[in-house]
Amino acid sequence: MTRSRKSWVMGSVAAALALAGGLAFGQTTITGAGATFPYPVYAKWADAYAAKTGVHLNYQSIGSGGGIAQTKAKTVDFGASDAPLTQQQLDEIGLIQWPMIMGGVVPVLNVPGVKPGEVSLTPTLLADIYLGKVANWNAPEIAAANPGVKLPDLAITVVHRADGSGTTWIFTNYLDKVSPEWHTKVGTSTAVSWPTGVGGKGNEGVSAYVLRIKGAIGYVEYAYCLQNHMTYALLRNAAGNYVSPTAKAFQAAAANADWKDAPGYYLVLTDQPGAESWPITGASFILFYKDQPNAAKAKAVLSFFAWCYANGQKMAEDLDYVPMPKNVADMMEANWTAKVRSAGQAVWK
Amino acid sequence: MVRRAHGRAPLVAEGLFRAAAFACAGFVLVVMAGLFVVLLYRSRLSIDRFGWGFLWSAAWDPVRDNFGAASSIFGTVASTVIAMVIAVPLSLVIALFLVEVAPPRLARPVSYGIELLAGIPSIIYGMWGLFVLAPLMATNVQPAMQRVFGKLPLFAGPPMGIGILTAGLVLALMVLPFITAVVRDVFALVPPVMKEAGYGLGATTWEVTRKVTVGYGMKGIVGGVFLGLGRAIGETMAVTFVIGNDHRIAASLFASGNSIASTLANEFTEASEPVYLSALVELGLILFVVTLVIQVLAQLWLTRLARQAGSTS
Repeated sequence: MTRSRKSWVMGSVAAALALAGGLAFGQTTITGAGATFPYPVYAKWADAYAAKTGVHLNYQSIGSGGGIAQTKAKTVDFGASDAPLTQQQLDEIGLIQWPMIMGGVVPVLNVPGVKPGEVSLTPTLLADIYLGKVANWNAPEIAAANPGVKLPDLAITVVHRADGSGTTWIFTNYLDKVSPEWHTKVGTSTAVSWPTGVGGKGNEGVSAYVLRIKGAIGYVEYAYCLQNHMTYALLRNAAGNYVSPTAKAFQAAAANADWKDAPGYYLVLTDQPGAESWPITGASFILFYKDQPNAAKAKAVLSFFAWCYANGQKMAEDLDYVPMPKNVADMMEANWTAKVRSAGQAVWK
Repeated sequence: MVRRAHGRAPLVAEGLFRAAAFACAGFVLVVMAGLFVVLLYRSRLSIDRFGWGFLWSAAWDPVRDNFGAASSIFGTVASTVIAMVIAVPLSLVIALFLVEVAPPRLARPVSYGIELLAGIPSIIYGMWGLFVLAPLMATNVQPAMQRVFGKLPLFAGPPMGIGILTAGLVLALMVLPFITAVVRDVFALVPPVMKEAGYGLGATTWEVTRKVTVGYGMKGIVGGVFLGLGRAIGETMAVTFVIGNDHRIAASLFASGNSIASTLANEFTEASEPVYLSALVELGLILFVVTLVIQVLAQLWLTRLARQAGSTS
């Protein structure tokens, strides 16, 4: 070998060894995919957690349907879905689920001259708008619910989700409960046959369309409404009161949740009783395999979520989400100890 | 018999080269056939369930597992037709301008500009369409069209800015540089002696252009048009941004719709039910077959043109 070629070979071997050594001490990354509903708060938690421990979270906000699909395909460490799976579905795939955060889905609109909280909607009115039965903002049904509010002669453009979405699941679950016509014609799912309207990709896409189209109405998770300074509508709840979407209203709805008795922790929080409850509240769940191939990776994932339970309340409340109360968090961690195994050994102690 | 001037090496190299060339060409055919077989195999659930009715059913109900391709096919066809109707005449005129009319000092920068347009990623076109073109359409263009043509069902509905018309416009802008570049090159290759002959007989520039340049370059024009058509039919991201993602067939240009590519882009990652997934794969199969048919038609047309040209020269 010539001298220059020999030094080239030695140099690359040295570099390879250094790289391998560096990787051994390199950062851990846990991967997740799914719901766009909790994405703002997961991103905030991940940031703080990485600063503290050096463990990074790579979360792909592709929609709950995508989260479930990628979990089934085992391409991510955990999945996130606003649509909870039934005990039967969980057992079929071999998953457990736990609620991580709660929040509200808010109807947002873009009507010139209307300010946030000025327009009030009844449950059947919201359903009729999404069914396409009420097509203009100056329709008598809307005027009846909004005495004294000046609404222009402007066609209503309904905006919904184009992708498979847990936010859609929560929203259609609510419409299903309050409108018999919605129940027969459309139903509840992460993707439905929308009678009318245009589809945006993710909460982000719906926000973009509502902001750009005059006369649009859409539904987004409350953090998106806040961040984009959107105009929201008041909704009449089960108790008959018109409520504003606020953290207090979401908490009032969440206070009714009985997690202990829910099989597989399948719990829906729409149309809850309570004078101040926000009607379209929901929890967002994490999906995790019971049988984990890599105990260290499983422990890293569970450590992240345990940290979020313990330290994430203030960050969540800043974004107007409702964090899980401590007794529920303890219940979930006990569930991890009982259910999550790797090679027969319990992962979480 | 080849005289071995330098030993066996050149013959072995020759043999290897031929084998490699055949292998690569064969590989392309194998991949194409493989694509078709996989698409067919994965859509068998949907084909069994819906049969031929899938092609004209406008339903799209993931809750009740009832799917149909009609709305996606309609959106694809409508946006492509609008795109070609706008882009083809425009690109012919631009190419003629660049070759016949423009002084070289002007022709060069315009040519570079066209080639730059062709290189812009499609998602940029989509973003531009959503943030710039759609509001422009919603506030200025569509209301003006409604004022003039208002009563026609083709222009009915609220001017949202997004929809089939805007998708067609964005596609036209994407397809224009491709067709222009090809047609310009074709026109530039027209033998000057033929054009000079026309001028010598007293023809005007327009007459020479029409009868000599376009006639000579017809084959290239057709080739360029089919190239643009192929791009427009399969274009995904630009269309997804501005078409409205709505599974329905409407008579109005202002209505939102869906194309096959945008349906696949939106829903493929989340379709976890077997029938849903199979229906989406069948949509992909339809697109594959349609593109193949267009290519075959293009080749047939080009062969016919070549034969005609051969018979008259």
